[in-house]
Amino acid sequence: MSRISDEQVRAEVRAWLAANWDPEMSLVTWRNKLADSGWGMPQWPEAWYGRGLPVGLARVVEEEFANVGAVSVAKSGVRLLAAATLLEHGSDLQKKKFLRRILTGEDTWCQFFSEPGSGSDLAGATTRADLVGDHWIINGQKVWTTSAHHADHGLLLARTDWDAPKHEGMSFFVIDVKQPGVDVQPLKQMNGHASFNQVFFTDAIVPAENLVAGVGDGWKVAMTTLAHERRGADGLNPPSKRGARLGRIHAEERSELETANQPYKWYPQRAGRVDLVFERAKETGANKDPYVRQEIAKLMIMAKSAEWTARRARAAQQHGRPQGPEGSLGKLAASNVARSCAHVHTLITGAEAMLAGPGSPRDGIIAEILVSVPATSIAGGTDEIQRNIISERVLGLPKEPRFDTGPFRNVRKN
Amino acid sequence: MSASDESRVEPARRIQFAFTDEQEQFRSALRRFLKDKSPTTEVRRLMATAEGYNPEVWRQLSEELALPGIPIPEQYGGAGFGMVELCIVTEELGRALLCAPYFSTTVLAANAILNAGTEAQKSSLLPDLASGARLATLAVTELSGHWDPREIELVATPVVNGYLLDGVKSYVVDGHIANLLIVAGRVPASVGHEGLALFTLSANSEGVQRRLLESMDPTRKLARIDFHGAHADLLGSVDDGAKPLIRTLDQAAIALANEMMGGAQALLDSAVDYAKLRVQFGRTIGSFQAIKHKLADMLLDVELAKSAAYCAAQACAVEDPEWPALACLAKAAASETYLRTAAECIQIHGGIGFTWDNDTHLWFKRAKSSEVFLGQPSYHRELLMQRWGV
Ligand SMILES: Cc1cc2nc3c(=O)[nH]c(=O)nc-3n(C[C@H](O)[C@H](O)[C@H](O)COP(=O)(O)OP(=O)(O)OC[C@H]3O[C@@H](n4cnc5c(N)ncnc54)[C@H](O)[C@@H]3O)c2cc1C
Repeated sequence: MSRISDEQVRAEVRAWLAANWDPEMSLVTWRNKLADSGWGMPQWPEAWYGRGLPVGLARVVEEEFANVGAVSVAKSGVRLLAAATLLEHGSDLQKKKFLRRILTGEDTWCQFFSEPGSGSDLAGATTRADLVGDHWIINGQKVWTTSAHHADHGLLLARTDWDAPKHEGMSFFVIDVKQPGVDVQPLKQMNGHASFNQVFFTDAIVPAENLVAGVGDGWKVAMTTLAHERRGADGLNPPSKRGARLGRIHAEERSELETANQPYKWYPQRAGRVDLVFERAKETGANKDPYVRQEIAKLMIMAKSAEWTARRARAAQQHGRPQGPEGSLGKLAASNVARSCAHVHTLITGAEAMLAGPGSPRDGIIAEILVSVPATSIAGGTDEIQRNIISERVLGLPKEPRFDTGPFRNVRKN
Repeated sequence: MSASDESRVEPARRIQFAFTDEQEQFRSALRRFLKDKSPTTEVRRLMATAEGYNPEVWRQLSEELALPGIPIPEQYGGAGFGMVELCIVTEELGRALLCAPYFSTTVLAANAILNAGTEAQKSSLLPDLASGARLATLAVTELSGHWDPREIELVATPVVNGYLLDGVKSYVVDGHIANLLIVAGRVPASVGHEGLALFTLSANSEGVQRRLLESMDPTRKLARIDFHGAHADLLGSVDDGAKPLIRTLDQAAIALANEMMGGAQALLDSAVDYAKLRVQFGRTIGSFQAIKHKLADMLLDVELAKSAAYCAAQACAVEDPEWPALACLAKAAASETYLRTAAECIQIHGGIGFTWDNDTHLWFKRAKSSEVFLGQPSYHRELLMQRWGV
């Protein structure tokens, strides 16, 4: 493929935006235009709403969108994980059915992986899928499912063969969440929010065409989703700067984000809001304390280094170099940053760190940062699991001893 | 974070986050050379000598690889590369612990001349440094051991044909072998950044007394130099004397951060190799999670600090306005990471790690001396906060 330059892409997208971007359009109309033109997901293949551009050039497109204040495709929640998974493993029919509505934001998704008996050990799932005629019948329980109460569709990992070894007996489905037999019950978290749920499946139906890849391929497909999830966690970018954005489309996007992000309301706080630290230090006068200054500097050094490490990984990829260790380190770095950020916010806040709610510093945001931090090192694979992955796959150390081989039926469970 | 705060910590988009293919090739060639010339047996032999380097290897790295000329423009006999290439060199030297007067001659002295010197001075002084024919160093710190230029007390009194230096410099890297000394001093009755300037003189000048100090890290030789009315020339001018000095120290901090990352990587590699070999309880220790997780954390630590070191080098190379702040950031990150990596590497080696025969302590000592050299992490963190305006 001949290399397209930054400048060519920049010029092209700029011209397209000049001709098409109109903040008075409806959000769905605009996003359908994005899907049709391929400018919404430029790194996706041309056949599926993209332009087949390298990742580096996709960022150039993002910059041009930001320059004119144009709204992007819907990106919040599990949507893009679902999209990436389907793009890689889905049938054409599944891509046709689901991808466009993911980009336009008309559908919301969730991820039915964890179960009460299997979190870190995801392949221990016991939710079952049994083929009856041309339908799969689902029975079992999932837990910690973020956004299940908003979701239209879920990515579901279920067991289809109890006699195969554990990793080989699972299959991957797309399930309609708003159907009979799917019972979503909110779970209250330690920060008081209820963004995750427990979900009970009783004879819930999945049409055969919603099986992703083949029977028994579930683990392989789930790994794609998880890889994208971890990669997403490397982005320690500050929340995008959005000035006053007028026009119908922005109003619609705000209200979409309001709903979509409602379960995630506290999520920006998970990374600890590094971006607030300088501001808070100045407004409280804590910036005059030499010890606090040292701790702020330590935090910022860690946060900036983590961000640049993610950029190095992307840059290496752009140069066509094999993925270095940088790529698998982001999630672990994010938990370290989150913890250290909470520590610094506590230092800055002092006694007021004991308060919560509207009367407390920054209208409760600081309190929320402090009590939301443990989520980062658990959700999406715990720190310990990340360390196992790094030590085994990057450093080449021996694998953990296994006690779960042979037919899954005979493996010890919770 | 307000927009201005954010731009303050966001280097410009021009910064490259990957090395070019040419830079990677240069690195591999250098690494092969060093593998050959600087095995730890050689490091151990040289660190026990007073000179602390092998003139024949210095000649080869000067002639075959043109390393001393890396940051020096071609018009002054150098190779005309920039900060990124200089940092590739220091990273590889740090990995191999090469005993050679590179940091003193090239990183400190050549940059100081480039930053401060007049056109005539650059033309007369730099070619000999670029060719490796002449060794040089920069004397900044005094008995207080501080790297903040404002603390400098050495007095340079103007006379008819130059200046007379009076005072003491200490912790001068390779001060015992350098032929050319660049000395930071101040004109009489000046304080702070005012009145600071750099001066050059031959190490053999009258009124100069040099003494090799016994250093904890014997691969980095330090000297104390006493000046009693020694005659020196002004390098550049007194007016902006502090600026070139500060710039040189910032560049040196970046080069040192990269050097430290080379060392940290060597330690990490050695810890991983050992964990795969050493058997206890019927399995390799690398199969225990306590060790696996420690190594994963060490890798994370090293990768993050490397990103900071690389980013600072890139920022300096393109003169991004943020680069002096990033120099502090990179030096602080590298200092803590290098030392932690060294300590953990010894821990993973167990008892053998604490022996003289095991090589780990060579890097451990370099990590310790580098932590302090050019300023401790706490100093750089404070400077970072000031440069960020917090
Ligand atoms: C905020 C939040 C949102 C979430 N959202 C979703 C979601 O949308 N969908 C979904 O499917 N799941 C979701 N999860 C679940 C999450 O993926 C699991 O909680 C996580 O993977 C850990 O599993 P567990 O809770 O069963 O803990 P366990 O696996 O029981 O772990 C308990 C402890 O043992 C350690 N441990 C376990 N195995 C090992 C090992 N091999 N080596 C060393 N230590 C080990 C763990 O690190 C942990 O410290 C969410 C969790 C949180 C906190």
